[in-house]
Amino acid sequence: MRGNPEAHELVAPPTLADVLVRLADAPGTWTPIAGGTELMVVHAAGRLSAHKLISLCGLSELSFIRVDQESISIGGGVTFGQIRRHPIIASDFPLLATAAGWIGSIANQNRATLAGNIVNGSPAADAPPALLVYDAEIELISRRGSRCIAYNDFHLGYKQSVLEPDELVFALHLPRRFANHMQYLRKVGTRKAMAITKVALAATAIIEGGLVTEIRLAAASVADRPLRLAATEAAILDRTMSPHTMAAARRTLLNEVRPIDDIRSTALYRRHVAANLLDECLSELSRGLTGDLSA
Amino acid sequence: MSATWSQIQLVINGHATNVEAPPMKRLLDVLREDLGLTGTKEGCGEGECGSCSVRMNGELVNSCLVPILQANGARIDTVEGLAIDAELHPLQKAFLECGGAQCGICTPGMLMAATHLLARNPHPSLDEIREGLAGNLCRCTGFVKIFDSVIAAAAMKGVARDAR
Repeated sequence: MRGNPEAHELVAPPTLADVLVRLADAPGTWTPIAGGTELMVVHAAGRLSAHKLISLCGLSELSFIRVDQESISIGGGVTFGQIRRHPIIASDFPLLATAAGWIGSIANQNRATLAGNIVNGSPAADAPPALLVYDAEIELISRRGSRCIAYNDFHLGYKQSVLEPDELVFALHLPRRFANHMQYLRKVGTRKAMAITKVALAATAIIEGGLVTEIRLAAASVADRPLRLAATEAAILDRTMSPHTMAAARRTLLNEVRPIDDIRSTALYRRHVAANLLDECLSELSRGLTGDLSA
Repeated sequence: MSATWSQIQLVINGHATNVEAPPMKRLLDVLREDLGLTGTKEGCGEGECGSCSVRMNGELVNSCLVPILQANGARIDTVEGLAIDAELHPLQKAFLECGGAQCGICTPGMLMAATHLLARNPHPSLDEIREGLAGNLCRCTGFVKIFDSVIAAAAMKGVARDAR
């Protein structure tokens, strides 16, 4: 432990309203901490620059999963353990349930929250590709009120987002219209547990009479943020899943991704693997196979 | 700047305990330094190795990643709470009998992760055991004897004792 616990203040207001008041009164002063699976690592290494932290752990207002006919709402404070164990998420949003099982280990999943995974802003984060292909909306809350935007518009760049200093992630809202879509998700990492993604690809699609009438594609670790692959989708949508379409999609993807070299992999490897995952995904979709291939 | 210390109440292995600590002090360090419970080990200190695994309100957590303020009011179960008097917990017996411990530094975390697994799932498959212990690293036994130990413990009477 190289960090000094006495160098950091941590408060735990009892309600969400109390937290929002503190954030509004001194915007940018407080760093929210939920499960601590990112910030406590930085703290232990002696690199935690935040002096004032505000705990979101145990706030019941952020810890809910609400299901209705049209959508499911997952509170920002819901842990990945809770996401994995939820029957409607497992049935309607299997890619999210699978991604939840990729987060570290059981002990990490019991602490790490959905909002933390998003706000931390890592391009390698596990949940975002699934959220992107499910057309998730993200609801942000502050003392000024709440606002809902497409999750696809949340990330602006590396570790940058539209989140204002007085705002928290209140919930993610997912429309319940994907249960009948064909779905694909695969993560490539160093080992099965505890590994951070080198490349991951998620997809939801509908193919009717050979024609792709809906397709959503998203990837991790191929850009400065979790990336919806809009250009690649456009190269596939309203076409038949022919070898010609698949080749065009591959070329488009290779132009669309902007991976980097880092400690976990190289840009070259990531480009190859992203293209190979797309090939695998499209060929599975064209053969009518559905479900998650990562198990 | 020096943080105001917090008054923390814990129920450790069934015993109510009070401790005063900086709120960002790790649960791991409070256990080891303030409460003398050195059975919980520090390995990586970043949530990767599982040596510091304890149960907090029945959930498995890495105690190196829990600021003590977030544990205020919680029930904490550590490896010291497994044996009752001189009677080893079935998992401890099984680790002894199957050679599931070698150097021993991962063992408390393995035991707590396995306790958590068996509390949720008294008869896990090998795959479920591998997943349940996937966040706990061992550099000596090679894992097979550890998995054997959990299988043996699951077959013993009384293993579900900690399913509380």
